[in-house]
Amino acid sequence: MSLFLIVALPFLGALLPGLMNSAGRQAVGGVTFMVTLTAFVGLLTNLPAVLAGEVVQTGFNWIPALGLNVTLMLDGLGFFFATLILGIGLLIIAYGRFYLSRDDNMGEFFTYLLLFQGAMVGIVLSDNILLLLIFWELTSLSSFLLIGYWKHLEAGRQGARMALAVTGMGGLVMIAGMLILGNIVGSYDLSVILQEREAIQADPMYLPALFLILIGAFTKSAQFPFHFWLPHAMAAPTPVSAYLHSATMVKAGIFLLARTWPVLSGTPEWFYIVTTAGLVTMILGAVIALFKHDLKALLAFSTVSHLGLITMLLGTGTAFGAFAAVFHILNHATFKAALFMSAGIIDHETGTRDIRILGGLRHLMPITFVIATLAALSMAGIPLLNGFLSKEMMLEEMGHTALFGPDWLVPVLVTVGSLFSAAYCFRLIAHTFLGGKRDPESYPAQPHDPGAGLWLPPAILVVLVVLIGVAPFLVEDFVKLVTASVLGIAAEVPDAHIKIWHGLVPALYMSIIAVVGGLILLALFRPLSRAWEATPRPEAKTIFDGIIAAFVALSRGLIHPLHNGAFTRYAMIFGVAVTAAGYHAWTTGVLGDATRTVQPAGWVEIAGWLMLVIAAVGLASMHHNRLLALILIGIVGLIVSIGFVFFSAPDLAMTQITVEVVTIILMLLALNFLPNHTPLETSFLRRVRDVTVAGAAGLAAMALSYHYLLRDAVTTPISEFHLANSYKGGGGTNVVNVILVDFRGFDTFGEIIVLGIAALLIFALTEALLNGPVRARLLNRVPDKPLSGTQHPMMMVVLTRVIFPVVLLVGFYIFLRGHNEPGGGFIAGLIVSIGVVMQYMASGFGWAEDRVRFPYHGVIGAGVLVAGLTGIGAWFVGKPFLTSDFTYVRIPPFDKFELATAALFDLGVFLAVLGAVMLSLESFSRLARRAHVKDSENPMDIDPSRTSNQNPAEVDIKGPDTPVGEGA
Amino acid sequence: MEVLVASAVGILTSAGFYLVLRLRTFPVILGMSLLTYAVNVFLFASGQLTVGSAPILRDGVAAYADPLPQALVLTAIVISFGMTAVVVMIALGSYLGADDDFVDDLANPADAPSDAEERP
Repeated sequence: MSLFLIVALPFLGALLPGLMNSAGRQAVGGVTFMVTLTAFVGLLTNLPAVLAGEVVQTGFNWIPALGLNVTLMLDGLGFFFATLILGIGLLIIAYGRFYLSRDDNMGEFFTYLLLFQGAMVGIVLSDNILLLLIFWELTSLSSFLLIGYWKHLEAGRQGARMALAVTGMGGLVMIAGMLILGNIVGSYDLSVILQEREAIQADPMYLPALFLILIGAFTKSAQFPFHFWLPHAMAAPTPVSAYLHSATMVKAGIFLLARTWPVLSGTPEWFYIVTTAGLVTMILGAVIALFKHDLKALLAFSTVSHLGLITMLLGTGTAFGAFAAVFHILNHATFKAALFMSAGIIDHETGTRDIRILGGLRHLMPITFVIATLAALSMAGIPLLNGFLSKEMMLEEMGHTALFGPDWLVPVLVTVGSLFSAAYCFRLIAHTFLGGKRDPESYPAQPHDPGAGLWLPPAILVVLVVLIGVAPFLVEDFVKLVTASVLGIAAEVPDAHIKIWHGLVPALYMSIIAVVGGLILLALFRPLSRAWEATPRPEAKTIFDGIIAAFVALSRGLIHPLHNGAFTRYAMIFGVAVTAAGYHAWTTGVLGDATRTVQPAGWVEIAGWLMLVIAAVGLASMHHNRLLALILIGIVGLIVSIGFVFFSAPDLAMTQITVEVVTIILMLLALNFLPNHTPLETSFLRRVRDVTVAGAAGLAAMALSYHYLLRDAVTTPISEFHLANSYKGGGGTNVVNVILVDFRGFDTFGEIIVLGIAALLIFALTEALLNGPVRARLLNRVPDKPLSGTQHPMMMVVLTRVIFPVVLLVGFYIFLRGHNEPGGGFIAGLIVSIGVVMQYMASGFGWAEDRVRFPYHGVIGAGVLVAGLTGIGAWFVGKPFLTSDFTYVRIPPFDKFELATAALFDLGVFLAVLGAVMLSLESFSRLARRAHVKDSENPMDIDPSRTSNQNPAEVDIKGPDTPVGEGA
Repeated sequence: MEVLVASAVGILTSAGFYLVLRLRTFPVILGMSLLTYAVNVFLFASGQLTVGSAPILRDGVAAYADPLPQALVLTAIVISFGMTAVVVMIALGSYLGADDDFVDDLANPADAPSDAEERP
């Protein structure tokens, strides 16, 4: 199977569990299992090539300019890790299916799990280091989701956040290191980088690259001093812990060390940093693990310790060290996953993971006892189990490693580490399973062995533990193959064999010391534990929380003064900053010579300018009277529209004036609710300050505009192209309209969508208001002004109905001629909506609503759809999206006229604008309608043709205490 | 003429910005509308001020006003209507919900419940 498919399968498959959630837990678990199985089988189809020593490669260029290629490669190392990820993944999925309770959303869980699996497979199969980094960050993100899966647990959320903070930050640091590495070599492809050992190690940037990459690897693999996140991630469901912390997530850092081993290892820096970090982590993890009472915490720290062991072996830089490391990765994955799953079973069946409460489970859970004991003994390094073999190799390798101090120091330290390691394994067995038979009632839940779904997956792993332990020659060739691809060009595979009996070598004595010492420690556990509890020691979480709190305080200190919730303050900061930046540019820049001459202005222009100035200044000074302010802003809009006409922009003028009308109507509707007076609240000094700042901003805008107007563009504008091709290419003589519907059709398409979204947002806000607490307030609201007796005057009703067809006709005309003369969909939409709004105003909301055939949402949708389909239509003739076409037809007795697809697009624009404007205004009037008056039953309050004896004015005078009908 | 247009842009900006700095929602909305006018006129003017030569192609005419800023400003006008409508709706909702129409919300963000979890 193609490598692409192997990586893509889990990602694609991640959709399925979520989608199939309603199909039941069995189906969800089954489909996840099948997806992983398919990927696993696909991986196995590449086994013959890998065994033959080939490197399977595939790829294509993604962003060549950045050196980012999607290239995948499968060699021994990649195959080894991919097998672990997918193989153990299969067991975890089977186990997880039975582990999760009915309350857990299984689809969500397996979706996260598959995402994570895909990211992991991506890491180990990537040939390009930039691609590897992408997958690396994906594992951080998806593991965050997995660890925090139980969202109701505070520990889960915090653990997930801590894991993301540490591994995500490490990943970011590593990006820098990888970029340096790629820069040294001149390629981001691993297959190239791995050949450049001398060049990389001789480069002055080798050390920074090494540091940065190591931080990434150490954070991921929980190496000291970044080890603290791993135990906190144990708040995750056990299948997650078993998966992330045995075979996958934490092994990603190890994988990276192994992958870059040929080029980065072998230098003193590598040796001292990596070996020391590994050694410290191994001993620290083992010691802490011994004194943990929570089964999963114990296993977590033992994982930290074993990761340290592997890191230490890779740090030695010798071929035998790498050999031992690869073998231990395999062994650790098998026994640790089995142990985590056993811990999950115990938790599941007894209701607790506290070792102090447990004991004697041997009698009640015999199957679990056998599985957990074999796995734990393997971890302790007992012969005939696989953990013994790799631990023996480790002791042999470290037995002759001199790191610092006297030669005997490192061997003694690793023996101490192994001793504690053996001790916590023995404690796990003894305190959980051994001991006298106890009453099942003495546990939080009645313990018994679980169904096969839970014990079979760990049992399969334990079979492997024993098989490798008894017959190591079975895997020796494979381990050597993997070792060869770790070593690459740097070294030869050692001529050593994995044997149970090496003779009476020092490693054997060290092993014996460790096991015997472990038993002694177990015997002395109680006093030791008391001493441990009494010893003060730094708590990593407290330190981490302290650091985070310091950063939070720093951000708050920076942000709160600027961002205190006062809009006025942001506006002030923004205005001052922009003006200051403009001033800086003005004083430091060079002003070019004016290339245009100033055009003379006549009296009419000056008069228009004066009106604008008076209206604007009047608005600013008299804005306390809100109705007056609205009139003044109407004047400003009017002058701006006239200005557009004057400066050769008829389309703009028409748009501006129609928008002006609907905006004023909208503001009036709003003013219906808002107070009609703005009180004077600011002090005189504050107003002086505001006037100063606003004056400076205006001066800056004026200066910019003035100098802009006097200079031609630096490069030739593209407008010439539009003028030249408007008729030839777009078939229209109104260049502005052709630009809108043809040249820049994609922009327009986006814009009508934005407009539609804005209208829907208004609708949604109205709904929220009407269904929320505001509703009652609206119903009880007393209008602050007496209402007119005749809200719908006869004159207005008659007039609006008479002119409605005329308005529609004008709109139609404006729409049709838009391509060649001023007009088009935007303007026609606005004109028609004004016509419709007039009906609402004149005859009342209820009357108008009864006559609306199509909901305005639908009109917006139809508009966007028509415009979009027009664009898609171009695909059918092999042209890109929104390519327009036009032709001329003649239907007697009419003149020859033009048919253009652009007109269809413009129809979409028309509909979207009409729908959006109407939906907005309708939403406002719905608020108004709910608020105070019942809609009159008749379109006209006073209608001479109606022979009724009721006083029509009564309808309106009805106060708020009258119940208001819904469908008046 | 350039002076007139440029000073109009400046005055609209000043008046708009002054109103934006007021404390109640209604003047702030009016101020934003004025700023919209200022920005639209500024963008429009960036194409050069031309009198009597609308970009409607005619036989025998060679000089036209720059159509591109016009097209951009046209959509800007329509979009700004949408924006104004949304802002007015938000202002209305906040007035009806809180019974005052102040723009400033001075609740201290430090007391928000979202970070209570981080505290021991």
